[in-house]
Amino acid sequence: MTTTTIAGHQVEVNDEGFLTSPQEWSEDLAPELARLIGLELTEEHWKLIRFLREDYASQGETATLRRVSTQTGTPVKSLFALFPGKPAKKMAYVSGLPKPKGCV
Amino acid sequence: MSSTPKKLLVLGAGTAGTMVVNKLRRRLPHDQWSITVVDKDDVHDYQPGYLFIPFGINAPEQIRKTKRPFIGRGVEVVMGEIERVDAEAHEVHLAGGPTLGYDQLVIATGTTPRPDQTEGTLGPQWHREVGEFYTYDGALALHDQLDTFTGGRLVVHITEMPIKCPVAPLEFTFLADDWLRRRGLRETTELVFVTPLDGAFTKPVASRALGGLLEEKGVLVEPDFMVERIDQDRKVLVSFDEREVAYDQLVTIPLNMGADFVAASGLGDELNYVPVDRHTLIATGHDDIFALGDASNIPTSKAGSVAHFSVEVFVENFLEHVAGRPMTHRFDGHANCFVESGHGKALLLDFNYDTEPLTGTFPLPKVGPMTLLGESRANHLGKLAFRHVYWNALLPGRPIGLPAAMSMAGKNPA
Repeated sequence: MTTTTIAGHQVEVNDEGFLTSPQEWSEDLAPELARLIGLELTEEHWKLIRFLREDYASQGETATLRRVSTQTGTPVKSLFALFPGKPAKKMAYVSGLPKPKGCV
Repeated sequence: MSSTPKKLLVLGAGTAGTMVVNKLRRRLPHDQWSITVVDKDDVHDYQPGYLFIPFGINAPEQIRKTKRPFIGRGVEVVMGEIERVDAEAHEVHLAGGPTLGYDQLVIATGTTPRPDQTEGTLGPQWHREVGEFYTYDGALALHDQLDTFTGGRLVVHITEMPIKCPVAPLEFTFLADDWLRRRGLRETTELVFVTPLDGAFTKPVASRALGGLLEEKGVLVEPDFMVERIDQDRKVLVSFDEREVAYDQLVTIPLNMGADFVAASGLGDELNYVPVDRHTLIATGHDDIFALGDASNIPTSKAGSVAHFSVEVFVENFLEHVAGRPMTHRFDGHANCFVESGHGKALLLDFNYDTEPLTGTFPLPKVGPMTLLGESRANHLGKLAFRHVYWNALLPGRPIGLPAAMSMAGKNPA
């Protein structure tokens, strides 16, 4: 675990660069986190990020790709277009949440 | 004092449901509790045996029996299709009319492969070039299919996690490698493992060990692959991000889902699993509904060992719960899985919610006789012998001498 500065905030990150405490995240961090993985955030991205944050607050764990898709009505195909390659991981990363487990 | 006994209703007479009715029948007085179990048919398969059918290691008759002889006296068995649970009315509706009331309900209807959920799976080549081994019929069909296999691309594919017995696809791959070698087909076969995960398994230490085995055996791994559809004409898997994996023989593990009635009853998550408290298995927001075995959303493997360990904890809690006392026992997510690695060897994984599978010996420190996360012949023999333990001790609800809680004894810390 290391401390780094993102968008002027001091945050703790793990060896994959994920924030270790979701409460250290704020909305102004998201564009910078997105930039680090080559994304520019649009309103569509924000809709998903806000869902992920709210869902984490109520469920205590990061939503899986399927959950994001069904709960927000976004086709999986679109999630791949918005967060190419590894959408579940990338959505969690930008939202300052742990990688979704969903896979035991 | 004479009164009508209360009703315990158990949905599903599979591994968890059968164990729980047998254990509770011995503990709940007959004049105070009736026990009824509902299932749609009278067939009980030893599901770990499906893996061995395609390779001719288990014969079909060794893994299929009728359910009723495994359900103890004093338990009523009802055969029927479950349509809906009305949690407010404390009733379960069966297809075609009958309604069963309950005081306490246990949902143990497991998880089921759903090939209908991925476009192109149920085409003309289903159970032929597009095979599977998660059902009895699928495993038999795959046996015949492999018999005609003469080389090419053999692709083992996981659609999405979680799946029942998450190590089974790896085991199938290891056994296929062994089987191809024995048939003299390994040189002319590309063996490919396609997974939505970023590695061989879900837990880091085990993923490295199992990934190492795949590499050793020359298996090509295609990670981070989320399938969108199967194109049977072109014989390719197509991912959501437009990647393609070609196959001559595909062995797919379809999306696994809980029972549809769970969704129809408003009791499920997006995959029809019942959200529960992970330590007591009581359904979130209810005090008279529990979910056991693969039917719940607990974050551990969907596996018979988990069903077994969790039922032991559940039984003690249930007795406290119906006596109006707080539940004092906590299930720790303990799972214990043999992983066949081919050539008469197997690995053993032992883990829980908090501790990933580690190396070491099991169940006794240094002595074993099983090796954790390492290949050994003893593990393989243990896996084969377990079929007898399952039919003769586990289902009848007899103790088999393994503690429900995971132990760190014999384990090497990560």
